[in-house]
Amino acid sequence: MLKTEGLRYQYQGGDAALAFPDLRLDKGEELLLLGASGTGKTTLLHLVAGMRTPTAGTVELAGSAFSTLPTAERDRTRGKHMGMVFQTAHFVRSLTVGENLALARSLAGCSPDEAAIKTVLGDLGLAHKWDARVDALSVGEQQRVSIARAVVHGPGLILADEPTSALDDANTDAVLTLLRGQADRTGAALLIVTHDQRLKDRMSQHVALNPTS
Amino acid sequence: MKAARLARRNVLHRPLETGLSVLLLAFGVGIISLMLLMQRSLTEDLDRNIKDIDLVLGAKGSPLQLILANVYHVDVPTGNIPLADARKIMRHPYIEEAIPLAYGDNYELFRIVGTEASYPAHYDAEVATGKMFETAFEVVLGQEVAEATGLGLGDTFYSAHGLTDGTDVHRDKAYTVVGTFARTGAVIDQLILTPIASVWGVHEDVEDADEEITAVLLKKKNPLAILTLPNLLRDTPMQVALPAIEMNRLTQQFGIGLQTLRAVALLIMGLSFISVFIALYASLRDRRYELALLRTMGAPPQRLFALVLFEGLWMTAAGIFSGLLLSRLGVMALGQVLADRFHYDVTQLAPVQGEFVLVAAALLVGAFAAGIPARSALRIDISNILVQGR
Repeated sequence: MLKTEGLRYQYQGGDAALAFPDLRLDKGEELLLLGASGTGKTTLLHLVAGMRTPTAGTVELAGSAFSTLPTAERDRTRGKHMGMVFQTAHFVRSLTVGENLALARSLAGCSPDEAAIKTVLGDLGLAHKWDARVDALSVGEQQRVSIARAVVHGPGLILADEPTSALDDANTDAVLTLLRGQADRTGAALLIVTHDQRLKDRMSQHVALNPTS
Repeated sequence: MKAARLARRNVLHRPLETGLSVLLLAFGVGIISLMLLMQRSLTEDLDRNIKDIDLVLGAKGSPLQLILANVYHVDVPTGNIPLADARKIMRHPYIEEAIPLAYGDNYELFRIVGTEASYPAHYDAEVATGKMFETAFEVVLGQEVAEATGLGLGDTFYSAHGLTDGTDVHRDKAYTVVGTFARTGAVIDQLILTPIASVWGVHEDVEDADEEITAVLLKKKNPLAILTLPNLLRDTPMQVALPAIEMNRLTQQFGIGLQTLRAVALLIMGLSFISVFIALYASLRDRRYELALLRTMGAPPQRLFALVLFEGLWMTAAGIFSGLLLSRLGVMALGQVLADRFHYDVTQLAPVQGEFVLVAAALLVGAFAAGIPARSALRIDISNILVQGR
């Protein structure tokens, strides 16, 4: 599903270019990218997601070149094949929970299938929040809705950026279980980027990023 | 979800900012559109009543007053003139048509005008019911007089002296309604027409039998009439006034006020566009993360541009729509006032040509005011914003 080769990124005015280990992730697999802050793990995630263009190296998505696509094309491809979860959940505030999920589907080029959206919300215990305003959700609910939004269009790759670092142990387990459950359900690959050491024992495959790599 | 629909949700999500922009634009558009509507009504109305009348002969005094009183029937007459003297002008070779008017009294404030059948004929007023007046004290009612007074064929009434009130009622001679005119849209709808002889008849006892009339509406045969007639009248108590010129002078005097009003309206519109611009710009700063999020969800930059542009256009469209609605409410209110006070019907709600220009210009400027913030949405660095937004 995802393959990176020789990725390097040079920040403007930064010291040395960041160099990243090659990643390879097939459908249904999961991978933990572990690194302290300053190791460029978010940079790597954004390179994978096509939100930054690598100085060198390539990202391949579902067998075709991704990082070399023009911006608009990359945006569309990302919307279609990836679902992203961030440390802090953000939404389109003028829309309800259900509409936010419908928007994710429509931007991915899927029909705004109400039944599919309700299934995902039901899986995450949020069926009753369909019509709720996003501002009215608790922080825990917001994180779950953002997971629902990341999977509602059936992406091949789920990217999560520090999804657990603000949560206690119990919620960390819950979020991880939800992410895995949703990835399993759709057969998606799951890539988690974090400095949260607690996840290390819970996931089999990890890659560590070192400050000097 | 289409960008236009999301844009509408977004502007509705910020009711205060949106409301201010819409309100300002509504007032700007509303005032200008109201002016256009009134201008059309007045111009059409003035022209319809002038209708081929080149000159008005009457007693000396303010020429504008002479026109207002005898063509539009809104002012008091300048006085009376002897019929014998007026005849000399009416039969002048330069004159093609001459319609004498003699001001009588009023009935429920509707003016009773003594004239000849040529007067309604000039305004293409056709007898709708009954017949044309033939002998003294027969009257034919204008359409609105008939509606307002409820008088019908065969009804009789007494007139009240002068033009202003109903306190001094002539009880000696009763008028009889013999017909009504179909609606003309001209001032004749507001008049009660009768032979001149009835007007003389009513005042027989107070005035000498020297027959007098109030004015004569003249249509020229030869353009020289405009130059020669005033000279002929120099040493008489009579004058001729030119309706076209007097009304032109009047609208020019209106004009200064209208120009000021237009400038104020344009200023308000200008402010409304600045308000649209600021509302969008501030909301973009507020929603940077939201826009970045849309990109991560698959919306290309052009779509964000379209989204912000549509938000501006929604506000502009709402402002324009409210403005046009406001101006029509204004016309209806003003129309009511004018109808009550001057028996003038200005209530025309169909769009004026100038309004199409107004709408197009407002949409264009609105798109421009939204275009600048929209362009900045085009260039956001989503990676940076997402890192900052944690």
